[in-house]
Amino acid sequence: MHNEALTWSFAVRGPGWPMLVSAQIPHSPRFFTADTSERRGVRTVEKVGTIYRGGQGQWAFAAHRISGALVFFFLMAHILDTALVGFGPKFYNRVVGVYHNPVIRLMEIGLAGAVLFHALNGLRIMAIDFFPKASDRQRELLGFVIGLFMVLFAPAVFFMGRELLHSL
Amino acid sequence: MTRKLKTGELELRVLRYNPEIDDAPHWEEYRVHYEPMDRVLDALHKVKWFEDGSLTFRRSCAHGICGSDAMVINGVNRLACKVLVKDLKHPITVEPLRGLPVEKDLLVNMEGFFDQFKKVMPYLVNDEPVPAGERLQSPEERERFDDTTKCILCAACTTSCPIFWSDGSYFGPAAIVNAHRFVFDSRDRAGDERLRILGQKAGAFKCRTTFNCTDACPRGIHVTRAIQEVKREVLDRSI
Repeated sequence: MHNEALTWSFAVRGPGWPMLVSAQIPHSPRFFTADTSERRGVRTVEKVGTIYRGGQGQWAFAAHRISGALVFFFLMAHILDTALVGFGPKFYNRVVGVYHNPVIRLMEIGLAGAVLFHALNGLRIMAIDFFPKASDRQRELLGFVIGLFMVLFAPAVFFMGRELLHSL
Repeated sequence: MTRKLKTGELELRVLRYNPEIDDAPHWEEYRVHYEPMDRVLDALHKVKWFEDGSLTFRRSCAHGICGSDAMVINGVNRLACKVLVKDLKHPITVEPLRGLPVEKDLLVNMEGFFDQFKKVMPYLVNDEPVPAGERLQSPEERERFDDTTKCILCAACTTSCPIFWSDGSYFGPAAIVNAHRFVFDSRDRAGDERLRILGQKAGAFKCRTTFNCTDACPRGIHVTRAIQEVKREVLDRSI
């Protein structure tokens, strides 16, 4: 261990670096002689920010927030476009016609997914809220939510996607 | 770093920060020899004792009971004294706990954490006349809060919580776990007061059931479940 540490410190830093203080004071126990005057590690230039690697619960939480925000922004736009009906049918129809745009229709598929996931995961959260014991089965519950999501979302993607392709 | 790792050598990346020298935290790499049964704490000791004495971290008992050396190891909160390096993906990364101010390197200021712990009155309250013998409790009554008696206040749960990261006013899982320990104790008489405190805005209902706390707890406490039980109790008693 002793030699290992010394060899590596010398090999990595080269002769320019000072030797370990303990090497100069051979009779002192090394515990108390580590040099505190200088940084010994090698600085790396990697970016500092890292992501906490939480479990499934963390990602379900993140997906719930993101899908919730997406649905919220759609509702904002939807309230605005519906309010335009007060300005007459011509104006309203023109604005709502934007929804026939293929890009918007693609986003609609995403919206359906966001609503579906948010709803199903919301049920999971409520189940855990009402039955604390369900906390111990949260992974299984999430698996169930994802399974149900895929079963329900697949036909939505199929039918909405078919409509989208036909409209092109 | 170009040199290849030798057999029995590991690469340890530590997020270091010295407020007297550095503007911001940065990564530093160390290579230390390790034995098959070494823990991350042993690797940190090797760096501190033989490489760089300025590396700063907390540890006391080194046996998973004092709760001093919780840190982010390979992206998750763990006790450095309970994780074997052979069980980890290499290189091993070590960062200070999130959501608490970093004092130096892996050392975080825990004052706020303990302030929130104190707010829930984590002690037995009972002003009734002292009985001749002990205050007896049935095994079932003891079992009710057994899980939450295991807490060692290492802060691994609280600092794994996304809600706590974004809102430091949240009591956090550890405080709620310690409230749970007394709320469900048949000998205690301050349950209502504790639940009133936990029913506040920064209390138990800020929990969004992310389950990071349960995954992070080195004592295996069902943290989220305890929080859910407290929430439920707040509701049940207020009806």
